[in-house]
Amino acid sequence: MTEREIMEYDVIIVGAGPAGLSCAIRLKQLKSDLMVAVIEKSSEIGAHILSGAVIEPEPLDQLLPGWRNDPPPICIPVEGDEIWLLSQTGRRKLPTPPQQKNHGNYIVSLGAMCAWMASRAEALEVDIFPGYAASDIHFTSEGSVGGVIIGDMGIDRDGQPKDSYMQGIEIHAPVTILSEGVRGHLSKQLIRKFELDKDSDPQSYGIGMKELWRVQPGKSKPGLVQHTTGWPLDSHTYGGSFIYHLDKDRIAIGFVCGLDYEDPKFVPFEAFQQMKHHPMVHELLEGGEVLSTGARAISEGGYQSLPKTEMPGALIIGDAAGTLNVPKIKGTHQAMRCGILAAEHIAETSAVEGFDARLRQSEVVRELYKVRNIRPAFYKGFWRGFFRAAIETVTAGKLPTTLSIHADDASLKKLDDYTPPDRKWVDRDLAPRDRLASVYFAATEHDEDQPVHLKILEPDICTTRCTEEYDNPCTRFCPAQVYEMVGDGDSRQLQINSANCVHCKTCDIKDPYQIINWVTPEGGSGPNYQNM
Amino acid sequence: MKILVGIKRVVDYNVRVRVLPDGSGVDTDGVKMSVNPFDEIALEEALRIREAGNADEVIVVSAGGDECQQQLRTGLAMGADRAIQIQTGESLQPLSLARAFMKVIEREEPGLVILGKQAIDDDNSQTGQMLAALWDRPQATFASRVVLNGSSAAVTREVDAGLETIEIDLPAVITVDLRLNEPRFVKLPDIMKAKRKPLDVIPLDELGVTVEGNLSVTRHAPPAQREKGIMVEDAAQLVQELKNRGLI
Repeated sequence: MTEREIMEYDVIIVGAGPAGLSCAIRLKQLKSDLMVAVIEKSSEIGAHILSGAVIEPEPLDQLLPGWRNDPPPICIPVEGDEIWLLSQTGRRKLPTPPQQKNHGNYIVSLGAMCAWMASRAEALEVDIFPGYAASDIHFTSEGSVGGVIIGDMGIDRDGQPKDSYMQGIEIHAPVTILSEGVRGHLSKQLIRKFELDKDSDPQSYGIGMKELWRVQPGKSKPGLVQHTTGWPLDSHTYGGSFIYHLDKDRIAIGFVCGLDYEDPKFVPFEAFQQMKHHPMVHELLEGGEVLSTGARAISEGGYQSLPKTEMPGALIIGDAAGTLNVPKIKGTHQAMRCGILAAEHIAETSAVEGFDARLRQSEVVRELYKVRNIRPAFYKGFWRGFFRAAIETVTAGKLPTTLSIHADDASLKKLDDYTPPDRKWVDRDLAPRDRLASVYFAATEHDEDQPVHLKILEPDICTTRCTEEYDNPCTRFCPAQVYEMVGDGDSRQLQINSANCVHCKTCDIKDPYQIINWVTPEGGSGPNYQNM
Repeated sequence: MKILVGIKRVVDYNVRVRVLPDGSGVDTDGVKMSVNPFDEIALEEALRIREAGNADEVIVVSAGGDECQQQLRTGLAMGADRAIQIQTGESLQPLSLARAFMKVIEREEPGLVILGKQAIDDDNSQTGQMLAALWDRPQATFASRVVLNGSSAAVTREVDAGLETIEIDLPAVITVDLRLNEPRFVKLPDIMKAKRKPLDVIPLDELGVTVEGNLSVTRHAPPAQREKGIMVEDAAQLVQELKNRGLI
């Protein structure tokens, strides 16, 4: 193996989401002579971005004043808010809590917005490299983070170089910014190595699935923001749906549920599809067509789970750190604020030290503190959570107690210890009919002849303990049906259809034995989301 | 020797192409655009010929609006030496495109023109053949192997009957098929170098080409949806169901 080629920058940013791009833009605004690069594993900017998304525009105003004159491609002012508590066929309108009032906010496609932000960044001479995955950290001789190593390309399934083999280069920089998004695979390693989470609760997550629909003309009411809770989830499973009405007869519909669910037989994808068959939603979608689908994990731990965000040579920002505001169901403004703050810190001090303290005194963490008890209040069921949330909201989080966050991988009950409720799920007729049909609309693509990027650390557990104790929940929680148990008897084994992976990281999070390790596949692989 | 390579900006092959509800075209809103995969193979072949010492310069050429500069930059990052954009807001049909390309040939006097056998958007497979006719030079289409021998080339073509090898005099037009080679990955530092390589923009008007629309597209429609099937219990039921539908 030859020496890797090296490129040098002042700041290398991993991940071209709202956090990373905000950071890049702000850095160049403050210090135009800084050399800033952003690398992104998706084939083009925005292709791995999936969000509702209703965003608060304040950080955009700060970062790109005048953006309203040249807005992102999909950007619709919110015209109304509705929250519905669903039963299987009925519904009841709930009062909209103050955090969920969206007056002044915008419905966007965050993917399209990131592509739009990337063009702004490029105009400021940020070097943006989509299609390249940061597979490893480059450490300096002192042990601090000194940049990243780009994954090799053209490696076959057995790890041997193909004709097209291209060695990945190293990108060295005094400052590395990890804005990889939820459960970033480098962030995960660094949090462990530098024990960044030793003073915080474990991170907790949800899985979010989304579909973009074109409905029959006239059904979409552009600017309407609807949320639902209740059916099809039992009261011990946290979650709900969003229905955002876009222009051109488009509807963004999605479903989020906490990954701390207990039922080993639960299929989050099926819950989403059931929700679409509630009469209110079914009526809206009937006769329409699916344009795009996708899924991702969401960090829900908030204040209590926020790890230390600095380490020698690097910062972790945005969803990779876990700054999403769960009660608001919004993370974009928080991620952007993190990016802006990180840029200001680096521009002023030329170092990472002191960023974590600065972040904790900022609006980002103040906002998380206020709502810190709302998500864990729902651990004891929907109604107790609902009332606690109301109290926490009225008191603006000033009560002295702080509830702790639990780890999702520990929440799954064993088959023998759990009796599933009768979910009364209905026969479905809306597309997509199953997970494979759904993945088609994510346009996910991985060269089959590359190493499997879902590493099973102890494969024996899959066919023994996991089968007995949980009946292989990976075959159910994965929204893309990547995991299948095939064969009978002694030949029974786990088959990993890694080419279907949409990079949601649910398996890495929810696996009860924590033996699935998601690593980045060859750059450019993965979903090709359009307007998600 | 110079080699000219055609590059077309097309909807990426991974995109689930969707017809607009009014049938006026294909939805390209927010859709990923890429270099036509066959053109990438054409460029790869040109680069290999240059790297083998049989050419001095590889020039990528595209016709379109300024957005196609993105694909030309990709070509430069793969290793082309310079790029030419034939600037036009119109979507050129093959004959007009071949005429425009011919003007570039007159300026550059290449020893070889390599094109994709077709573009994956309209699947015409006409530009290369028309260009060879306009240029009055040999053509070798659907190439799966190219061997240069000084002033000629042996080209293996993928034809209906199998493979056919022909010998052509240079200069010539070669259009390439899928199996010719596997295009290289772009190296990250080369993306930076590509930014500094020359990209000439020539307005189509300046080339003195009359754009003709010999064809007009009247309507786009998606293929009919497959109807939901039924499961039959046995052969007798299968026969009955087929009879019911008047199929046997």
